[in-house]
Amino acid sequence: MTRYLLTRALSLTLTLIVASIVIFVVIEVIPGDPAAYMLGLNATPEAIDNLRAELDLGGSMGVRYFAWITGMLKGDFGTSYNYRVPVAGLVADRIWVSLPLALLALALSTLIAIPAGVIAASARGRAGDFAVIGVTQLGIAVPNFWFAMLLVAAFAVARPWFPSGGFPGWDAPLSALKSLTLPAIALALPQASILARVMRSALIETLDQDYIRTARAKGLNPGQAIRRHALRNALIPVLTILGLQFSFLLAGAIIIENVFYLPGLGQLIFNGITQRDLVVVESVTMLLVFAVIVVTFAVDIAYAIVDPRLRRR
Amino acid sequence: MMRLPPTLILGALITVFFAALAVLSLVWTPYDIASLSVSNRFQPWSGAHLLGTDQFGRDIASMLMEGTRTSIAVALVAIGIGVALGVPLGLAAAALRGSLLDEVIMRGNDMIFAFPSLVIAILITAIWGPSATNAILAIGIFNIPVFARVARGGALPIWTLDYILAARTAGKSRARISAEHVLPNIANLLIVQATIQFSLGILAEAALSYVGLGAQPPTASLGKMLSDAQTLTYSYPWLAILPGLSIVVLVLGLNLMGDGLRDALDPRLRRMRG
Repeated sequence: MTRYLLTRALSLTLTLIVASIVIFVVIEVIPGDPAAYMLGLNATPEAIDNLRAELDLGGSMGVRYFAWITGMLKGDFGTSYNYRVPVAGLVADRIWVSLPLALLALALSTLIAIPAGVIAASARGRAGDFAVIGVTQLGIAVPNFWFAMLLVAAFAVARPWFPSGGFPGWDAPLSALKSLTLPAIALALPQASILARVMRSALIETLDQDYIRTARAKGLNPGQAIRRHALRNALIPVLTILGLQFSFLLAGAIIIENVFYLPGLGQLIFNGITQRDLVVVESVTMLLVFAVIVVTFAVDIAYAIVDPRLRRR
Repeated sequence: MMRLPPTLILGALITVFFAALAVLSLVWTPYDIASLSVSNRFQPWSGAHLLGTDQFGRDIASMLMEGTRTSIAVALVAIGIGVALGVPLGLAAAALRGSLLDEVIMRGNDMIFAFPSLVIAILITAIWGPSATNAILAIGIFNIPVFARVARGGALPIWTLDYILAARTAGKSRARISAEHVLPNIANLLIVQATIQFSLGILAEAALSYVGLGAQPPTASLGKMLSDAQTLTYSYPWLAILPGLSIVVLVLGLNLMGDGLRDALDPRLRRMRG
């Protein structure tokens, strides 16, 4: 187990280093002169020189990379060019929109998907199964931002039950929750569809195992066999997908946050990109990649603890 | 004669329908969508404008045809990138299983999977300028690890078979065996994966052009149509419903075709499901 942990931790570190180099190259090397890029075509040479000095672009690539990484490690994510405030502060503000939104969407998706998958698997080949397959097939095909637009038209404009956008802050918890509801539903729809399909096929595979036949032979009815034996084993692939989906929800809400004007991490990074605020883009992208890689790592470790077979892989 | 799965037939019909519309739009659309006509805006469905007009007086049916073409073209070329780079990488990794090259390719793959793809796609299109070409690149990059993984996974069990051993004793190189014996045997897997990536590519293109980073006007795209319709969803619902529905039906068709192909090409799966 120690050996497994060590190799996994080593590969985690390597992945993070390579990822940070890739991000650095994409943002600071590919555009040529970052300062000229950030200021656009109409910038005067003096303005570009000033920005170059402000961003400390004088040193070599290597020096700049290490300055950036050591800063990140100390919690200094740089200073946003547009907002003129530390990026760390911006992130800290916005995580309180993105994290609850991701958790809400994940909760919705799990609450819908697991029962739907169980129903489909236990009604395999019958009407209930086909209904779930049909609905999830549709759910996967619907672009979530389009679904979001329809939700706004139906439940914010036609019936003003929810706000159509914006975020009031957590001082008003109820309206905060209300303004996250439609975005969470829009995010959860495709996620729930994928998850329900994974749940269904994992459960069907488990139900074919010998120990389920044994359980049935000793007198359990199908429901009991699923609850006591099959569900637990079928949840392993479901948890993998859940882990992936959580990190996707954190990073992938960019478009949904834009539809609803939610001041989250996605919107921060999107505005950073359109306003050419490379400092924000670089650090926030790195944070998101860090989150994805660490969540994946944590899920892997959790399995190795739960299921000894996976350690030998 | 094998009976084709109904999902395959339905999916293929839908896909062919959209593909035909897209091809037709190369030579003919009911109206020229580059010509704006404010006096004609918000026309209802009629003989003159089959699906009405939008807020700029553009014919919606023509926009949908061209938008479908943009989506399909972007997704197809992005698959081309994924196959052209990903499949050789996957085959090489499988041929040299356990080697440093295999390790590097697979870890590189894991890393690309870890990147929030939408963020990177938006970044690419933002730095190099929003255009259909850059949307293709942004989507194509994320197709590479997918095809590499599928190719490697499919190729590994084939390398243990007797006829590969025979080919090796006959003196064929690993590269030649990969091309002549392994590739034809994993073609099924790759085709199924390609339909899946096709539908994901359509969705990704729609998302990119929705935020203004895909094909630029006057080229029509389904995502751009949706963002144009955003504030009008309630007053003129069809402006938002039609492009969205086109995406949904096309993606649905591709997914059904992918599922059907998998069932048709892999008899074991069919038995398992049946």
